[in-house]
Amino acid sequence: MRVLATLFAAFFLLQGCASTSLRGTGDLGVVIERATGSVQVIDTTQRSSLGQIAGLGDLSHASVNFSRDERYAYVFGRDGGLTKIDLLQMRIVKRVVQAGNSIGGAISQDGKLIAVANYEPGGVKIFDSTSLELVADIPAVAENGKASKVIGLVDVPGNQFVFSLFEAGEIWLVDVRNPGKPLVTKFRNVGKEPYDAMITADGRFYLAGLFGEDGLAMLDLWDPQAGIKRVMDGYGRGQEKLPVYKMPHLEGWAATGNELLVPAVGRHEVLVIGQKEWKESGRIAVHGQPVFVVARPDNRQVWVNFAFPNNDTVQVIDVASRTIVKTLKPGKGVLHMEFTPRGEQVWVSLRDENRVEIYDSASFAKVGEIRADSPSGIFLTPRAHRTGL
Amino acid sequence: MGRETYLVALLLIPFGGQALAAEPSVARQNEIRHLVLQDCGSCHGMSMAGGLGLPLLPEALRDKPKDSLVATILHGRPGTAMPPWKPFLTESEAEWIVDLLLKGQF
Repeated sequence: MRVLATLFAAFFLLQGCASTSLRGTGDLGVVIERATGSVQVIDTTQRSSLGQIAGLGDLSHASVNFSRDERYAYVFGRDGGLTKIDLLQMRIVKRVVQAGNSIGGAISQDGKLIAVANYEPGGVKIFDSTSLELVADIPAVAENGKASKVIGLVDVPGNQFVFSLFEAGEIWLVDVRNPGKPLVTKFRNVGKEPYDAMITADGRFYLAGLFGEDGLAMLDLWDPQAGIKRVMDGYGRGQEKLPVYKMPHLEGWAATGNELLVPAVGRHEVLVIGQKEWKESGRIAVHGQPVFVVARPDNRQVWVNFAFPNNDTVQVIDVASRTIVKTLKPGKGVLHMEFTPRGEQVWVSLRDENRVEIYDSASFAKVGEIRADSPSGIFLTPRAHRTGL
Repeated sequence: MGRETYLVALLLIPFGGQALAAEPSVARQNEIRHLVLQDCGSCHGMSMAGGLGLPLLPEALRDKPKDSLVATILHGRPGTAMPPWKPFLTESEAEWIVDLLLKGQF
């Protein structure tokens, strides 16, 4: 009898293997476990974790891009590690430690190149996305001979990358159509301390947020010769800034079609920028210093989380009325929010609660959760097809 | 357990003629450790090796006067991204943090 049971068990196990060996990856994603240097692979259809991959180094700050086939994730870690993982086989394919300290990266339009933005030593390194072999190295040395930290690296159409130099206050546009010989166009004096940047969904407008002054620096990639345009100059109107206990992230800036919603720096406000005139068209008072300001894919809602000590709260802005329609208190250490591609769910990481919660974005009801160790960034595979990431 | 004993022993050894910070309660120590690792760590790195903020490893701090390190924590550094932590930490707690940073114990 026991033998029979074992046989049955073996049969079902094999069946299990067979049924999981073929599957798509369009509903998969990765949750960073920042304290343990591991990631969980998640399934947004089943609302579950498929497993954990460890050995990714220091992920206290991390970001993730995906291959264009959505099978591989490239994880950029704080220790300069670039790790390629296979979401289906749930394993590390290759890992290189390519710098002392990196902040993020982007994959090229053709999917063949991975660019990594580094703090230490400051610069950008470009790798072959298949082999992770180094293809080009672009040190971020400014006119004065000093190296800068690189932030706000995005890909743009034409197999190009754009990034900003924090200390130098410059924006560089790099053409990698000939990958071994990158062509760099430098824009100087864009403003003081660009700290992060974003690209509009169409890949046209690159906007760098400035920490050292109130305003944004914008590059129109349809007309780069026109140079940098300053947007929202002096939005603080000379008022003293509130302390910022966590840097806002601009990757999630919400572009709702005609308007951009961006976190103010040192003000408990979300700024609304009219995209036609590139002028302030409003501001929305919120619960704290905004960190991520993320639009639901239909652009009707924008979800906002906050810096310490207000990082137990998420607020939902109704874009049409510019009012807050919901304030959630999911728990301590809300670090990131990621929508499913059509926006019916949003996944919210709660670092200090060791869980990721899943919300229905229409009813705001919690519809699931997964356990995770100090979860931070949540990255779903449809990012593979978004310009900039 | 063994590690805590070791830590207490180290704190009892005077160094450089500077008075050591009064120790926060164990529960508060845990809260502060969490704050340093997670919230300071969001700019300075969880391993204190630096990020957008400067490295806070012992070799990076050793040459700086302890008073000014404590003042930086409490009052921030105007003109930089470093905010004041005075609303969340007492002076002796900031001193305790500096002592631990100088010993590389975060």
